[in-house]
Amino acid sequence: MNIHEYQAKALFRDYGVATQQGQLALTAGEAEAACKALGGELWVVKAQVHAGGRGKGGGIRLCRTPDEVHDAAEALLGSQLVTPQTGPEGVAVRAVYVEAGCDIARELYLGMVLDRDSERMVMMASTEGGVEIEEVAAATPEKILKAYLEPDGVLPVEAARELAQGLALEGKQVDRAVEFMLTLARLGQELDCSIVEINPLVITSDDRVIALDAKVNFDDSALFRHPELAELRDTAAEEPLEARASAAGLNYIKLDGQIGCMVNGAGLAMATMDLIKLHGSEPANFLDVGGGATAEQVTEGFRIILSDPGVEAIFVNIFGGIMRCDFIAEGIITAARDVKIGVPLVVRLEGTNVELGRKMLDESGLELITAGDMDDGARKAIAAAGGSK
Amino acid sequence: MSIWLDGDSRVVVQGLTGRNGQFHARQMLDYGTPVVGGVTPGKGGQECLGLPVWDTVAEAVDNGANVSCVFVPPRFAAGAICEAVDAGVNLVVAITEGIPALDMVRTKAHLADTETRLIGPNCPGIITPGTAKVGIMPGHIHQPGDIGIVSRSGTLTYEAVDQVTRIGRGQSTCLGIGGDPIIGTPFIDVLEAFEADPATKAMVMIGEIGGSAEERAAEFVREHVSKPVVGFIAGRTAPPGKRMGHAGAIIAGGKGTAAAKMEALRKAGIAVAENPAKLGETLAELL
Repeated sequence: MNIHEYQAKALFRDYGVATQQGQLALTAGEAEAACKALGGELWVVKAQVHAGGRGKGGGIRLCRTPDEVHDAAEALLGSQLVTPQTGPEGVAVRAVYVEAGCDIARELYLGMVLDRDSERMVMMASTEGGVEIEEVAAATPEKILKAYLEPDGVLPVEAARELAQGLALEGKQVDRAVEFMLTLARLGQELDCSIVEINPLVITSDDRVIALDAKVNFDDSALFRHPELAELRDTAAEEPLEARASAAGLNYIKLDGQIGCMVNGAGLAMATMDLIKLHGSEPANFLDVGGGATAEQVTEGFRIILSDPGVEAIFVNIFGGIMRCDFIAEGIITAARDVKIGVPLVVRLEGTNVELGRKMLDESGLELITAGDMDDGARKAIAAAGGSK
Repeated sequence: MSIWLDGDSRVVVQGLTGRNGQFHARQMLDYGTPVVGGVTPGKGGQECLGLPVWDTVAEAVDNGANVSCVFVPPRFAAGAICEAVDAGVNLVVAITEGIPALDMVRTKAHLADTETRLIGPNCPGIITPGTAKVGIMPGHIHQPGDIGIVSRSGTLTYEAVDQVTRIGRGQSTCLGIGGDPIIGTPFIDVLEAFEADPATKAMVMIGEIGGSAEERAAEFVREHVSKPVVGFIAGRTAPPGKRMGHAGAIIAGGKGTAAAKMEALRKAGIAVAENPAKLGETLAELL
């Protein structure tokens, strides 16, 4: 689960990770009032969206007068911000964060993420802060310094010190950066973060270490431990159908094709999409109904697929293990009763309780096309949708 | 012959009294798996499916269990795995989906100096057809034979098994290693065991996008595997998705795409199927 910069910085302040003072604004007037309340002579107006690369997309505006703050906020609010991480349609800006500017001596990079190879959280630092960090990592991997957290989530002091030295910090900066990193590691561990990223991490001309940006992503599987964090979720920033699926416990990603897919298991769901593409059409979505889905969840999955006007046929591809075919059949039958399925429905059922599931579908009187295997199903769904595109 | 699961395996089901635990324990019994009982803390002394229920895995081990199958809900699952490890079972098969990643970081560290093998979590389990199944895979699609099957995905494992069975070949052992970022048994361990298993003549390996486990497995196959291997990577058409920040891409270091993985597999001499419905066909051509 992603949160906005202003929310992440509030968490940073709770833990004692240094940030600049700032205020959230929903209107240009609020933004102007915020800068006056913050004081000073330099402010940054920052679009609050769930995407990186905001600087490149014009979502970060440096302002020297309250009028400039007002104008920057007015330009950003209500606009679609396009960054290298949003896709061409961009994302809607519904709030800006007005932050006091600071006197930057150096811009660094600091990130923390789960490393599959070492099976630990890893803290990464680089002298090359800024938007080109991925290019830096690809071209000169030695410029990305790494320190591994202990399995209990503690960053060893020595490891933090090595990172600080690797960043060529001097004098007071070293101890402050070490303290900063240790605190950040504790935050990441206690809040079950899958990503914490600060780009840039700045060193001010008076040797302070400050998180100028903050990106935090939580492990969805651990949210049960943090009900207070779950409330930070901004569903309005999510694709509406994806937010609805998520609320129903379904893993759904909307795509632009014609074939709606309902599959159990992420691997089979991806393979089903691959197969549709291989046969010359495009999937309308990724939908993994998961292992333990109920008939109600399956019904909601159908409603979500049918809410996408681009869908011209639906392909249900189930190989039941923990998912029982009778649950899927019940979901299909309920959905067909509740909502009009106005597009051809191709069903391939296999696995646990398959005979019962097929029998239920047969006896339901539903009009559907059955498939013998997944290749057959993909072809039939594409043909039913009017052929390859 | 087979790997890790054989006629000497005696299974305890952790979470036997829950809905999924009970349903699948019955299926395991119906398949002929020697399930000796279940563990649900606080329900010791009860019976379920005609089997004894104990409070601890240690009691199950005292009653002959050497394999544990974990159906415990996510918030308690890491603790359940560690309990099974401490009780000294040889094999823990964790079916549970949705265990917090940091719980698995600690659990893997806990496993480090033990003799116990963990398969999963978030996996379908392991089956030696005709002998025993520990997990949630539909038993009836399998038949005993000489093909070893390993996959990161649950349902794609079934798909592969079904296709292999349909070309008239049985399986030595099949397992899903789990889709989570941190898992107990990586591809390499499985490929090494299949290579050493005289009953396994060829292997099917199914990966998916993300991480670098397939690339490392390919490297291992190139150097250490003499038996024929068929491969597939799911997710060629998966959208890159909206991202937040750079950290994920930096740590991945350009690995993890379907194209990069397929290329790595091909370079290692693995027969890569382009079509997930043609795994069986690709294997038949190879043999």
